[in-house]
Amino acid sequence: MNIWKYLIKRILLMALVLFGVACIVFFIAHVIPADPVGAILGGNAPPEKIDKLRAQLGYDRPLIEQFFSFLKGAVVGDFGVSIKTNNPVMTDIGIYFPATIELALVAIIISIVLGVFLGILSAVHRNKMVDNFSRVFSILGVSMPVFWIGLILILIFYYKLDWLPGGGRINFFLDPPQRITGMYLFDSLFTGNWEVFRDALLHILLPAFVLGYNSTASIARITRSSMLEVLGQEYIRTAKAKGLKKRLVIYRHALRNALIPTITIIGLVFGGLLEGAVLTETVFSWPGLGRYITAGLLSLDYPAVMGGTIYIAFIYSLANLAVDFLYALLDPRMRT
Amino acid sequence: MDKRGNLLDVRQLRVIFHTYRGLIKALNGVDLWMDKQERLGIVGETGCGKSVTAQAMMRLIEEPGKITEGEVWFENRDLLKLSEDEMTKIRGREISMIFQEPKSSLNPVFKSGFQIKETLLNAKKATPANAEEEVEKILGYVGMDASRVKNMYPHELSGGMAQRVMIAMALATQPKLLIADEPTSALDVTIQAQILELLSDLTQKMGNAVMMITHDMGIVAEFCDRVVVMYAGNAVEVAPTKELFQNPIHPYTQGLLRAVPRVGRPGELKAIPGTVPDLVDPPEGCRFHPRCDYAFDQCKNVLPPLLEISAHHYVSCYLCQKDGCPSAKKAGEEPW
Ligand SMILES: Nc1ncnc2c1ncn2[C@@H]1O[C@H](COP(=O)(O)OP(=O)(O)OP(=O)(O)O)[C@@H](O)[C@H]1O
Ligand code: SF4
Ligand SMILES: [Mg+2]
Repeated sequence: MNIWKYLIKRILLMALVLFGVACIVFFIAHVIPADPVGAILGGNAPPEKIDKLRAQLGYDRPLIEQFFSFLKGAVVGDFGVSIKTNNPVMTDIGIYFPATIELALVAIIISIVLGVFLGILSAVHRNKMVDNFSRVFSILGVSMPVFWIGLILILIFYYKLDWLPGGGRINFFLDPPQRITGMYLFDSLFTGNWEVFRDALLHILLPAFVLGYNSTASIARITRSSMLEVLGQEYIRTAKAKGLKKRLVIYRHALRNALIPTITIIGLVFGGLLEGAVLTETVFSWPGLGRYITAGLLSLDYPAVMGGTIYIAFIYSLANLAVDFLYALLDPRMRT
Repeated sequence: MDKRGNLLDVRQLRVIFHTYRGLIKALNGVDLWMDKQERLGIVGETGCGKSVTAQAMMRLIEEPGKITEGEVWFENRDLLKLSEDEMTKIRGREISMIFQEPKSSLNPVFKSGFQIKETLLNAKKATPANAEEEVEKILGYVGMDASRVKNMYPHELSGGMAQRVMIAMALATQPKLLIADEPTSALDVTIQAQILELLSDLTQKMGNAVMMITHDMGIVAEFCDRVVVMYAGNAVEVAPTKELFQNPIHPYTQGLLRAVPRVGRPGELKAIPGTVPDLVDPPEGCRFHPRCDYAFDQCKNVLPPLLEISAHHYVSCYLCQKDGCPSAKKAGEEPW
């Protein structure tokens, strides 16, 4: 199969998935037996006022009509106006999303580096100390709830040791860097604002590690098992028989093959990261999209919830698309 | 020490594997030797230790396997005493290997040209400047359209082409010894003949010694100067090819030759009675005794030594010491 054909197929599939998500989100928002208008106006509001607000928000139109106008808006990124903040939802997303994606990116970088490294070590020193350590680490990672790890680490590194800040994106007394991408680390790097960069880095370490712990564990496990499998392959024997040093055998001949399944997992866990962001952001008072959606849910701010969710689904699909592309680059069998 | 061959002298090589079933005594003191430019065949039933012998010589036995005893004299070095670094310099430069499954013996993520180039550079047989040119030259030697094949990935090659690439890779460094572990078993019959001819021509021209591991007595007859017959982890008979076919002495060799179907003797294919011994709990003494028509008491206690019973003809069987060798004629069979 041609790689371009393959990618086009994937993009079409992605559109289909997003359509599905839109349907589900819309459906759920409208079957929940809670009334946003009531929530805004309170239980004792006069009926005329309620009707007026309903009409204003468009909730009086037939459901199907509401659905289509919602879809039409979603395609161009118009999710309506947030009931709570009174901003267009897209504007809010623009404000909150950079914090989330920054957190997710740092988390995925930590988990890829740490996970792949642990996975390789584990496989190469199978059943030795390193392997056992990394397996325990992995099992803890996939079995402990995110918020619990988060709280424990805050307890240790903030309350007890006071090495790292306990929450937020930046020290209260520092001004955020000039906004370019909205990601503090990048922005402070671009503007050469080292004090802010250092502070933002310290702030992001704990939440990113906590958010990425689960993925680190998954990546380590997959890398270990695929590395073990690859190390037993005949072409590895060839590589050794032709006199390559152990380092080359592992990092050139084995790793490249072992990473193919790892890449797939990275795509999947990235989705998990965005999902985990909701909890992590709450625990670390990280002002991101996850918290925005949670707050929206609690105040029945449906446009915010629907818009935020679809946006995250969109980013998730995009990440998977990128992974498919990488996959094809790594594995020549996918290209022809 | 008296060397039996001026290129290679393997003495009393023992290899074990730790498995959950118990200790597999795979090699039980293998003896074999080769002169420069010689072609030695190694034959024997499946599981008798042919591949393990080759891998042990290259020090490629891995967990759960272990070389417990023996010497592998290559020219004037005992390979088993070299450091891993020194051994890396032997592999691929002085001793090369090709395998049964050429397609899975090549790394799927690298182009065939790259894999040959890598070998050349690693062995310092080319410089980055002329490597590309060398690769094309070598691919030309093995009868392939170099400019096309060097850019092909292993999955795009047929089995025969892949084996040609493997041969190119193995011989590119002009090793003194080429170990071919059933290089044609996985190929179509017509391709088998071509590959064998290619191997024969090239090694003749370049003067490499070849250790040909095979099940196929036809290949032995055509290709090899001398043959080692292995049984359950021992060399039981060693003789020049013609001598072995005309005057097989070890009862196992006789059985092996009888089991080969021959033109003009249809339906006479006779399998050796009994089964291959379990190497976790192998028979004491001569490992062949449970299947041997001639077995007597002495056979069951101590392994018979490999003795030269006539010029260049070695046999490990007590009959030769007792009342004369069991020649094929005595057994009531026509000679080969
Ligand atoms: N990695 C391993 N783990 C456990 N046992 C092994 C391993 N490799 C080889 N053995 C054992 O060593 C013995 C010899 O195996 P070997 O591969 O040398 O046989 P062979 O003569 O090459 O057979 P074939 O003709 O099928 O290739 C076998 O009985 C096998 O059980
Ligand atoms: S030593 Fe004894 S058992 Fe072994 S082959 Fe000779 S006669 Fe048979
Ligand atoms: Mg074998």
